[in-house]
Amino acid sequence: MFVRPTPLRLLALSLGILGAVAVVAAETAPLEYNRDIRPILSENCFYCHGPDANKREAKLRLDIRDEALKQKAFIPGDAAGSELVKRLFSKDEDEVMPPPEAHRTVTAAQKETLKRWIAAGAPYEEHWAFVAPRRAPLPTVGERHPIDTFVTERLKQAGLTLSAEAPREILLRRLALDLTGLPPTPEETATFVADRSPDAYEKQVDRLLASVHYGERMVLPWLDASRYADSNGFQQDGDTYQWVWRDWMVRQLNADKPFDQLTTELLAGDLLPNATTEQKLATAFNRNHILNGEGGNIAEEQRYVSLFDRVDTVSTTWLGLTLACAQCHDHKYDPLTQKDYYSLLDAFNHAPERGVPGGGPSRFRLDQPLLEVPTPEQVIQLAKLEADYETKNKESAALQAKAYETWLALPLEKKGVLDDKLKALLAPGAKPTAAQQKTLVAHYNKNVFPDDRKKSPAFKAIDDAKTAATKFKSSEDYARVMIMSDATARVTNILDRGAYLSKKEKVTFNTPAFLPKLPANAPANRLGLAQWLFTPNHPLTARVQVNRQWQHFFGQGIVRTSEDLGVQSDAPTHRALLDWLSVEYQESGWKTKALQKLIVTSRTYRQSSHVKPEHLAKDPENKLLAHAPRFRLPSLVLRDVALASSGLLNAKVGGTPVYPYLPPAPWESLAITKERNFTYPTSKGADLYRRSVYTFWRRTIAPVNMFDVSARQACRVRTTLTTSPLHALTMLNDPTWVEAARVLAERVSKEQATDDARLARAYALILSRPPTEREQALLRNLLARQRTVYANDPKSADALLAIGESKRDDALKNTEQAALTAACLALLNLDAAQTRD
Amino acid sequence: MDHDHLSPTEWRTRLTRRSFLNASVQGIGAVALSSLLSRDLLAAASPAAQGGLPALPHFAPKAKRMICLWQGGGPSHIDLYDHKPKMVDFAGKDIPASIRGDTRLSTMSSGYSKWPCVPAIKPFKKYGSSEIEMSTMLPHIGSIADELCVVRSMNTEAVNHAPGVTFFMTGSQIPGRPAMGAWLAYGLGTMNEDLPAFVVMTSSDKTKTCGQLFFEHYWSNGFLPGKHQGVRFRGTGDPVPYVGNPAGVSREARRAMLDDVQAFNREHLSSVGDPEIDTRISQYEMAFRMQASVPDLLDFRNEPKAVLEMYGPDVLTPGTFANNCLIARRLAERGVRFTQLMHAGWDQHNNLTTGQLAAQCQDTDQPSAALVKDLKQRGMLDDTLVVWGGEFGRTPFGQNQQGQGFKGRDHFGKAYSWWLAGGGIKKGHVYGETDEFGWNITKDSMHVHDMQATLMHLFGINHEALTYRYQGRQFRLTDVHGKVAKGILA
Repeated sequence: MFVRPTPLRLLALSLGILGAVAVVAAETAPLEYNRDIRPILSENCFYCHGPDANKREAKLRLDIRDEALKQKAFIPGDAAGSELVKRLFSKDEDEVMPPPEAHRTVTAAQKETLKRWIAAGAPYEEHWAFVAPRRAPLPTVGERHPIDTFVTERLKQAGLTLSAEAPREILLRRLALDLTGLPPTPEETATFVADRSPDAYEKQVDRLLASVHYGERMVLPWLDASRYADSNGFQQDGDTYQWVWRDWMVRQLNADKPFDQLTTELLAGDLLPNATTEQKLATAFNRNHILNGEGGNIAEEQRYVSLFDRVDTVSTTWLGLTLACAQCHDHKYDPLTQKDYYSLLDAFNHAPERGVPGGGPSRFRLDQPLLEVPTPEQVIQLAKLEADYETKNKESAALQAKAYETWLALPLEKKGVLDDKLKALLAPGAKPTAAQQKTLVAHYNKNVFPDDRKKSPAFKAIDDAKTAATKFKSSEDYARVMIMSDATARVTNILDRGAYLSKKEKVTFNTPAFLPKLPANAPANRLGLAQWLFTPNHPLTARVQVNRQWQHFFGQGIVRTSEDLGVQSDAPTHRALLDWLSVEYQESGWKTKALQKLIVTSRTYRQSSHVKPEHLAKDPENKLLAHAPRFRLPSLVLRDVALASSGLLNAKVGGTPVYPYLPPAPWESLAITKERNFTYPTSKGADLYRRSVYTFWRRTIAPVNMFDVSARQACRVRTTLTTSPLHALTMLNDPTWVEAARVLAERVSKEQATDDARLARAYALILSRPPTEREQALLRNLLARQRTVYANDPKSADALLAIGESKRDDALKNTEQAALTAACLALLNLDAAQTRD
Repeated sequence: MDHDHLSPTEWRTRLTRRSFLNASVQGIGAVALSSLLSRDLLAAASPAAQGGLPALPHFAPKAKRMICLWQGGGPSHIDLYDHKPKMVDFAGKDIPASIRGDTRLSTMSSGYSKWPCVPAIKPFKKYGSSEIEMSTMLPHIGSIADELCVVRSMNTEAVNHAPGVTFFMTGSQIPGRPAMGAWLAYGLGTMNEDLPAFVVMTSSDKTKTCGQLFFEHYWSNGFLPGKHQGVRFRGTGDPVPYVGNPAGVSREARRAMLDDVQAFNREHLSSVGDPEIDTRISQYEMAFRMQASVPDLLDFRNEPKAVLEMYGPDVLTPGTFANNCLIARRLAERGVRFTQLMHAGWDQHNNLTTGQLAAQCQDTDQPSAALVKDLKQRGMLDDTLVVWGGEFGRTPFGQNQQGQGFKGRDHFGKAYSWWLAGGGIKKGHVYGETDEFGWNITKDSMHVHDMQATLMHLFGINHEALTYRYQGRQFRLTDVHGKVAKGILA
């Protein structure tokens, strides 16, 4: 069901076929191996004729020119005489390449392209993303901003131009949503609109970049990348304290910690000299993965599952490469060997972990190593408890001595001594030597004291003090975060087909051989890995990050496949721009906010999002950016927008996860176990209105009103936005939105006196701009219709107004408020309200 | 108010596609209109799927829809489907090392030094004219023996539940890949406009003995677009999250509100020009239709008494396996592509002999058989695939927990049994064989990937060719494995 192709989009696409010709090189234009040839060869040939030596057919390797020539795959300059061309065009099932059983199709156009390429001498190029980026000279196209020069140059080739700047109201809303995930208030918008100074926009950029809410928005993609959740996943689905790391991450983003430092701490904070608690905490990034606590499972097998996951997460997040293929065999497309894979895995193979979480009655299930992160109050409380124990325990020696004296004073028959020699020493009148006295003390301490101790109230007080301190540290609200450590020496082997029991050759830490070498002075561990990522000629680190930043602000990366910049990746839409920005990012000292400021101050970012017929005709997917992209806001942001516009939002930053409204029994499918209670503990009061990022994220069942999200099972750096009626139902019927609409209606009723003013105010609170005259008419119509619905139905009005925990203002007339509530709910559901324009 | 007294079906009829068309024509323009109309005509000509891939199906399908009766926990093949009379002679004696080999077992039994052979706890019986042997604990399933293909050579690499279920559903033991239903929805599209293509329902044995939980990743879209995720119908509250209007909002009031929302959106479309706004308009209309179709789906008032009785005493209790089986049939009638019905309670480590296995059979036997019979009497079994099975079987040796003596069996993935019926499956047939202990497969091995490949084949899909490019690689349900088991095809 769900998505039907929209007529206009279909039209756009069919026109786009014509337009695409103008965008892509004409048939006589020179071919580029990276752009035109490699994608065809990689998709259709490299699986059997590529880097994987074990799978290579007919000893033919097509990804290296000399190897291809050695096997006479083609004759440069002679397409007709080339084996490759013959095979491609063959009608013989046994001859034709790719073979039918490969299920790969080379189109007629692609075959012609390959022919032309061979005729032109079959030149190869190294994959662009594996060569360090260089700054190209800025195109001279009459633009000042570097980004605009590159974008305009491409647009010109397609006969397009940048659009005019978006209206200020739209622009500020776009900027605020992108940087903080919250809409600007009507007052903030008014200030900006009225500000005629030349740096009016820049001031807004700086203000929003400095907002404490910036980190809350920017952390969202990091939570997806680090497969963050508040529980382990799988059976028992024990809760965790990883939220302490989430807060750490928000703080670093707010502080604009340079990306090289941030990375170093995330990957190897614990290995830094004199690592601080904060630096150790950073490494929880590597421990945010699934843990399987099922009875009967094999811990070592699960530990390897975690190790593979760490390698996958780090390679996707920092290298934009999928190394997972090399877990079992040499990579099919990228020049990566199985040895490379396990040499990298060694960096993560030394944590003193079991691989499975511990058991116990607590709802928390954790695996070592842990970092205790008490709150300041807990530190004080614990210090008190420990001091109390210390004080009491100091008396322990004296107490024991006293107990000995008491024992000595007992009549011999009551001393319980059987040994004759000892009896002699204790007999009345006996004068034991110093050595003999020692023997007596030893006898007492070993055989008598334990019983005496048990009976002594003074010793019980000491023990109780000790227990109190231990208990305090293991209480449920005493945070223990799973972090990294290299405390366990383990040998890393290549595993045959990735099977943990099939150990082959031993390996030691190293980085993939086809990329720059590990710096000579770098340690052979995670710290070295982090240092390696920032060697000056590294081709991937900067590009991967810049591409994801671009994706944040434009909905799509310059390379669409932001999780993969390898040989199989999509061709970049603006390669020179990506490279220019990557060098800029590196040279700026990896200042992320500076990079973002550069992006959002470009005309490309600031232009209008209106889609004109010529856009649909010439570039239907808007790859060239002749207008700003429009896209639906992420569901976590949609909820925040509803809360913020109503004034319900609780802007508190950080802290333990909260449990906002969900449908009854959201964890019902887990509640078939008796091992633990899976009742959803819905929050009370202000905690219901925290930003979405603080919602408790159960890994086995994500919050159902947060749609189109990563399920946080594995690293994700790109989510596809989809359109489903379930999303519409959520925003129409979830109490979160209904209550926000009610509170918004109350708010505008009190702030404004007339219908028009109330409606306009509600509209502005959601959309950050006043309605147009036509829209004002629609608003009137909307309210009038809902009035008809509720005018004679106070019962329904009361029922609607009773939704949500926040107190209703009884002073307002119920039928009027219900109508206005329904109108506000409609506004929250407008396309414009859910879209970042 | 009047509309409150209309049955969901009446609402459905009132809100015809035509009236939606009329309502939404203004403002979209002639192109849109003609496109909508032609789609409408198409839909009238054949119940063609929408939104699938152009190349699919690769060849004529035998099955149009599938109902997976997932039996979570690992039903004992030894006690239910794979009769091993020789085990009786061996009862209590160690299963020979030559049979056991180096089988990977769970850590609950891998440290054993004794492997006492435990034969089936209840007698077997030959059912139907095909004389398929099954347990006497399954008389209803026995009664449809001539419709079934019992596969006795299933095998998996997983030793534990969650990895085992994940493996069958997604082709990998580690969560993160798309589930089979998501693949089918992605590849073949949907056959209906107001219900999801991929629906999930869960239930558990009444005493909740087993603790095998149902995780969202069992119906995940993985890296496929989010709309292909399975939609779980719930036993509590709204069956589909948020399908009901808020208190105090009637269907009429909602319609009025949506009309105004759509007017706004059309206004916005004309000024902004983004075709995606039109998608939003359709999305909200579909949501409105779904609000009628879901209650209609769950309204059993028109089900004949005989049909209800066929599914057994639990059929009217929401959240039970029987209730879910009837919903599954109604979903199939409405064109839902893949219904994944997940039932827990087969993890008999220490309660196999204490009556739990028998109770579990009672809960599942009658509804499972009823579903097959019901589909058949409606002429739907021919193109509806029904499969019954779990993530693995159970050990031929007894599990001795805490020295209490034999009360159950441990997980066992090396050989176990499933059955299939309908949609292109050979009838009254047994596929695959195991040795005298039900331990090793001796004929026609059916690895999980082979079963996946075969199920895809029945849908007209070449499992090697339905792929999705992610992280620079073409992923598919069967990873790089899987052979179609021609021997179970009709």
